[in-house]
Amino acid sequence: MAKQATETEKAVEFSEAGQKELQALLARYPDKRAALLMVLHLAQREFGWISQDVMKYIAEQLELPYGDVYDAVSFYTMFHTRPPGKYHLQVCHTLSCALRGAHQICQHIEEKLGIKEGEVTPDGKFSFVKVECLGSCGTAPVVQINEDYHENMTVEKLEQFLKTLK
Amino acid sequence: MFEPVLTKDIQIPESQEIDYYLSRGGYEAFQKVIKSMTPDEVIEEVKASNLRGRGGAGFPTGMKWNFVPKNTDKPHYMVNNADESEPGTFKDRLLLNGNPHLVLEGTMIGAFAIRANVAYIYIRGEFAREARIMEKAIAQAYEKGFLGKNILGTGYDLDVYVHRGAGAYICGEETGLLESLEGKRGWPRIKPPFPALEGLFRCPTIVNNVETLSCVPLIINRGADWFKSIGPERSPGPKLFCLSGQVKNPGVFELPMGTNLKEIIYEHGGGLLNGKGLKAVIPGGSSVPILRPEEIDVSMDFDSLAQIGSMLGSAGIIVMDEGTCLVDALLNIAHFYRHESCGQCTPCREGTYWAEQVLRKIEHGQASEKDIDMLEEMARHINFRTICPLGDAAAMPIMSFLKKFRDEFVQHVRAGACPLNSQL
Ligand SMILES: Cc1cc2nc3c(=O)[nH]c(=O)nc-3n(C[C@H](O)[C@H](O)[C@H](O)COP(=O)(O)O)c2cc1C
Ligand code: SF4
Ligand code: FES
Repeated sequence: MAKQATETEKAVEFSEAGQKELQALLARYPDKRAALLMVLHLAQREFGWISQDVMKYIAEQLELPYGDVYDAVSFYTMFHTRPPGKYHLQVCHTLSCALRGAHQICQHIEEKLGIKEGEVTPDGKFSFVKVECLGSCGTAPVVQINEDYHENMTVEKLEQFLKTLK
Repeated sequence: MFEPVLTKDIQIPESQEIDYYLSRGGYEAFQKVIKSMTPDEVIEEVKASNLRGRGGAGFPTGMKWNFVPKNTDKPHYMVNNADESEPGTFKDRLLLNGNPHLVLEGTMIGAFAIRANVAYIYIRGEFAREARIMEKAIAQAYEKGFLGKNILGTGYDLDVYVHRGAGAYICGEETGLLESLEGKRGWPRIKPPFPALEGLFRCPTIVNNVETLSCVPLIINRGADWFKSIGPERSPGPKLFCLSGQVKNPGVFELPMGTNLKEIIYEHGGGLLNGKGLKAVIPGGSSVPILRPEEIDVSMDFDSLAQIGSMLGSAGIIVMDEGTCLVDALLNIAHFYRHESCGQCTPCREGTYWAEQVLRKIEHGQASEKDIDMLEEMARHINFRTICPLGDAAAMPIMSFLKKFRDEFVQHVRAGACPLNSQL
């Protein structure tokens, strides 16, 4: 119970830099709602994921009903409604990547990390999802880790790279 | 001899910098346009070049720009579609990374031509790096005075902004994209009204693909006749072909529109991986009808591919070798469209769901021959009965795989398993 109390006390608020960025984003559009996706990206960068409190905060900032924010968050795949791992592994499994071994990469991740698609390791370090075509099919298979693309992936390369992550 | 023009400089690290771009004649086309041409003259030049949209449908760009009303009080908007999500397509990413100022200059000229004072570059959310590169390019253009109010004293105002998507293929469809730009879920709109009359914020809007707009500064600099002299006259120009799948050298190749598909695969792509035989090729992104090996001696342009019952689409060429299970490949494609259906129309939502289920049954040998007929029937029911073309995009591969490779589906059913033990 005590934990819950502290969580509600800690109000969600953008950092100073975040507030500035919010204003700059609002200036890009003739209405506030249009800034929603950009503001959600900003929020995800600041808070790590989009909790209900974050959605409420954004709704206030953009003068939107909470439902409109929730509707967008639930539609797009990139917004995390639960905390992802520190390293979020997104393996493309669409055709061009599948033809070049995406399945083996997925299998390797599941065995190595002991998690299935959509799960987070107990230490919170890794999460793993399969994603659709990342628009980089010429360097298949592709794994996006957080924002970065890792191309021409092999089980060995991935293994090596995961070792470097702290 | 054809010389690449869109991708010539992309390997050079400085190619992202405005000073480098300026040293290569960058922004001369934009300056020429705002200083010495009227919007209609720009449209005429683009029309004369026969430039056709590189986003998939091949619609003539100049003609599209002409649909924007000339005397409205409403603001007009230019939107550069950098959503690039059709499986097998990865050309726009190359331009955003390696030639961001060309992408920007094309957007700016397009904006001028349709009398827009604001343009958005809609970049798929996963392209975080590309979004940063474009933000930087835009900032540099402001610094040089190419953007903002009263640009170079001409009286023309233009602001360009990056807008990031957040993971949804359907936002590549132009009206889904506009909804997404307005901060909503990417649900495509019923057309008409077309965006040229009622688009972003209900104002006249043009949506063009990254590669399409990147051709525009070249047309202004070198002239419509130069552009038209490359490839077939009715669908000319330099073209980025994306080659992926089981080929030795996958990648993007800039070649004249109309280059032979076989030549792209065997000469530019170095042929198949591990010297295997060819089984099938998808020539224009995963939604277009598949080709058999005997069909690939074809010119890669809009009209020639339409003639043989396929499409140039986004020029995403996916090569599959003799070891590929085409049932599994189609299952992979069907999964994609099921996952990406926005769910608004029943035939698309339900049809893509059931198609994936039935294909999974066939792949795992749990189906009967009747299921194959049912699958075909289902695809026919989706086709042309939906708000946006995603429904057709899901149905076309099913119909074409079954038409051209039905045997393989029947084999699965009879064997009660995948004969190739496929794991795509
Ligand atoms: C389901 C679907 C997805 C699409 N995805 C894209 C895309 O990722 N990029 C793109 O430029 N066009 C895409 N399009 C085409 C756009 O709707 C639009 O026609 C195009 O951006 C127009 O540009 P153009 O005239 O320069 O070709 C898609 C269309 C559909 C139906
Ligand atoms: S066809 Fe499919 S993707 Fe397009 S609007 Fe209908 S349900 Fe959505
Ligand atoms: S299929 Fe994996 S990046 Fe396109």
